[in-house]
Amino acid sequence: MLVDHGSPPPPAALAAAPPAHGSPARRNAARGAGLLAATGLLLAVAVASIAVGAKDIPLDQVWHGLFHYAGTDDDVVIRKLRLPRTLLGLMVGAALGVAGAAMQALTRNPLADPGLLGVNAGAAAAVVTGISFLGVTSPGAYVWLALAGAAAVSVLVYAVGGSRSATPVRLALAGTAVTALLQGWSSAVQLTDSVALDRMRFWQVGSLASADLATVRRIAPFLLVGALLALATARPLNAIALGDDTARGLGARLTSTRILVMAAITLLCGAATAACGPIVFIGLMVPHVVRGVTGPDMRWILPYAAVLSPVLLLGSDVLGRLLTRPAELQVGIVTAVIGGPAFIALVRRGRTAQL
Amino acid sequence: MSRARTAGTAVLRTARGGLSLRLDRRAAAAAAGLLALALTAAVVLVGTGDYAIAPADVLRTLTGHGTPGQDFVVRQLRLPRVVVALLVGAALGMAGAAFQSVARNPLGSPDVIGFGQGSAAGALTVIVLLHGSSYEVAAGAVAGGLLTGLAVYALAWRRGVQGYRLVLVGIGASAVLAAANSYLLVKANFVDAARAVVWITGSLDGRDWDEVWPLLAACAVLMPVLLGQGPALRLTEMGDDAAAALGVRVERVRLTTVLAAVLLTAAATAAAGPIAFIALTAPQLARRLTRSPGVSLLPSALMGATLLVLADLTAQHAFGPAQVPVGVATGLLGGAYLLWLLTTERRSGRI
Amino acid sequence: MTTRNDDTSTGRPRLRADAVTLGYDRRVITEKLSVDIPDHSFTVVVGPNACGKSTLLRALARLLKPAQGRVLLDGRTIGSLPAKAVARTLGLLPQTSVAPDGITVAALVARGRYPHQGLLRQWSVEDEQVVAESMAATGVAELADRQVDELSGGQRQRVWIAMALAQRTPLLLLDEPTTYLDIQHQIDVLDLCAGLHEEGGRTLVAVLHDLNQAARYATHLIAMRDGRVEAEGPPAEIITAELVERVFGVRCRVIEDPESGTPLVVPAARRPRTAAAGVTAASAAATRPAATRAP
Repeated sequence: MLVDHGSPPPPAALAAAPPAHGSPARRNAARGAGLLAATGLLLAVAVASIAVGAKDIPLDQVWHGLFHYAGTDDDVVIRKLRLPRTLLGLMVGAALGVAGAAMQALTRNPLADPGLLGVNAGAAAAVVTGISFLGVTSPGAYVWLALAGAAAVSVLVYAVGGSRSATPVRLALAGTAVTALLQGWSSAVQLTDSVALDRMRFWQVGSLASADLATVRRIAPFLLVGALLALATARPLNAIALGDDTARGLGARLTSTRILVMAAITLLCGAATAACGPIVFIGLMVPHVVRGVTGPDMRWILPYAAVLSPVLLLGSDVLGRLLTRPAELQVGIVTAVIGGPAFIALVRRGRTAQL
Repeated sequence: MSRARTAGTAVLRTARGGLSLRLDRRAAAAAAGLLALALTAAVVLVGTGDYAIAPADVLRTLTGHGTPGQDFVVRQLRLPRVVVALLVGAALGMAGAAFQSVARNPLGSPDVIGFGQGSAAGALTVIVLLHGSSYEVAAGAVAGGLLTGLAVYALAWRRGVQGYRLVLVGIGASAVLAAANSYLLVKANFVDAARAVVWITGSLDGRDWDEVWPLLAACAVLMPVLLGQGPALRLTEMGDDAAAALGVRVERVRLTTVLAAVLLTAAATAAAGPIAFIALTAPQLARRLTRSPGVSLLPSALMGATLLVLADLTAQHAFGPAQVPVGVATGLLGGAYLLWLLTTERRSGRI
Repeated sequence: MTTRNDDTSTGRPRLRADAVTLGYDRRVITEKLSVDIPDHSFTVVVGPNACGKSTLLRALARLLKPAQGRVLLDGRTIGSLPAKAVARTLGLLPQTSVAPDGITVAALVARGRYPHQGLLRQWSVEDEQVVAESMAATGVAELADRQVDELSGGQRQRVWIAMALAQRTPLLLLDEPTTYLDIQHQIDVLDLCAGLHEEGGRTLVAVLHDLNQAARYATHLIAMRDGRVEAEGPPAEIITAELVERVFGVRCRVIEDPESGTPLVVPAARRPRTAAAGVTAASAAATRPAATRAP
């Protein structure tokens, strides 16, 4: 940083932060425009999700079915099948993306993913246990079981991973250990209890196909609270990204932030997993992509992740319906087949910026 | 011969120093203990089943003094299964250690970076699309594992392979392959699907000598290759530059190691299906048991063998009359043990 | 090779770069650069950030293969020699090394013996002696059973130097050995290097950031800018105000170091006021760690 002797800069310039690309206001405008475009994309995908399927519905009929319900065949398909499915995809996609982004920021680990840290396995194990040992049969109770399981695992992994002194590797190891344990438990129960196996089969597929409005209504409050919590912690998460000591120096309250974020992740993942089974890849990939676009600011990452994750999830779902018509591919399969190569390409280009 | 002692190691030397062998006491003791445990458990496992045989009788039969009935049960039915368990465990443990060392990351195990899924995809393709025999399924598994291994390595290559990138690319590949596997399962007819599910879970049921020999051959060739790379591999954990400065051809060591480890994983998977978590947990457990810096190959192999035999015992006993595939028990056992280790480690303040 | 007389018939130094073009991917750092490392010298390479000094060192240490030209060790292309044989002749202290979790100091230093070991020669009496001597020479002998992750930055750097010493090579390359160390440890490390050079007659090549330290310790100085050698020779002969301005773009005076008699570079004050001087010094200190990280 030796400056040319001929033109000494004023001391203030030396002390100032290095200039970003363009003025901050311009950058924010660009980010805002990007977010708007992403939202437009999401709307288009959502409309496609309502219109496309085993039976295609023209757009004017879609409009008609949504807003002037008259009980025609198309209207029924829209109201009873496509709309709930689309809503569920929107909500679950957003939840998984936001939870992934929050998890990666909290653990300062770009590999952190609710699936990798065992949260999904916890939800699944709790549901299996409930079905087999407590005789739970109603899908309404699954949500509570899944939430409890997810919460228990979050706390356990965080505690074993070293809580305050948690390192990314330790957290990942703890998550893997818990996942191993719980998957073993789930399989053991299912293999010895055929009733549980039968019930779980429908739940464990990772699909939007069985969506109904009751499910949507059931999980909506959890997701809403979780998303609000996550958004509220964006600012302290930005501070935490700089390291614990720096964050403390900046006045962030570490412990309470961590608890809030864990609560948000638990709510989001638990409810999403309860509704349509474990869909793992989205929470890992979308935040990666988003960080490449927005930079490391959580205040932008979270909304972007919330909009782009459902684009991926719903888009995959629509594609799954198109590819093998009149049958359909489960959304989890399509997500991975699209997301995997994209993810590898990103890794190769070195765009997976470390936190 | 002279013996010298430094902290924790025993050294054996000839008088003029032409030959010197070094042994870490704790690692050696741990390895011996693991071997004893694995063999004991193996003997118990041979005696376990519908027709129970006492361990003493098992030993008598193995040395050729059993009744004809026991002889048949032990030699033809049970022994191959136990030998497969020992070999598969050892192969997965050692391959896992090799991968984790190359990736410099405990998550860089074949489970996480997709070779297990690759083998499974190969086997499922043969089962579902080609309706092949069990030999063809095994061949499919080996081919799938190899292809995946090479693809992941090639995709992670950018002026050399960096451990972190290898893990990330592997996770991506793993997700794609898992999706392909679910698709194959959905597409399969009922009979094929049942066969595929059993294969995917990883099971030791009904293994006979035909499965033992190829696996034994693979282990006999590949394990010495890996062990030969061991010292150089340990140095690469200090960073590529530091290792190269000490005379290690880093990329060559890495490629040899990955190739041997992929083949070992594929051979094990062909014999018993993709048994989960052994490759991930065994090296970490062995490392903590021997208190060695970094993962080490031989203790990891012994730990893998011990884990798998114990898991098979658990799988046959713990769930009452309904036996579960061994892959279920490896997850339970390995996961619980790793969790316990992480907890105690934390309490003792070691990260 | 270690026993070969360095005074070969050609009269050439043991280690030299012959018209090497170096770079990463398609980015060229140096073009047709030729450098001789005088035998038994303590050669220090200096220059502003991104001038190619670390790149040159990596090439000399055969970590970076030249796109064109050759690096010669004892008259032979270094890349064609067996890796272990090179490692018995040429040691390197890289800029970034990772100590494996939980490794002890003695075990880490012992790893420096790798090029001397084999399947049947795993831990000879000589290995044991050399490791003990290396730890004594760097003052880490009393830390032998401590874990490397528990040590301070200065101690850790000395442990890494001990590992490089345990290689017992007549040539030793050090890539910014004083980075991240406080002034006391910087001097410790440089005194240690000077001692190694004087006592053993080792040839040392180091990349350093501090021009005054380079002037004080080096017997041979190479000043680089934009991938070219601007000047080389004994510090007292080549360090002039004109050279410093040409290489670093800093106006300065060169006076005699009252302690050692070597040249001392004193940058010209930009502002006569004390306040301005204070700000400049603080900002320079603040940018230092970030700047030293650049390749």
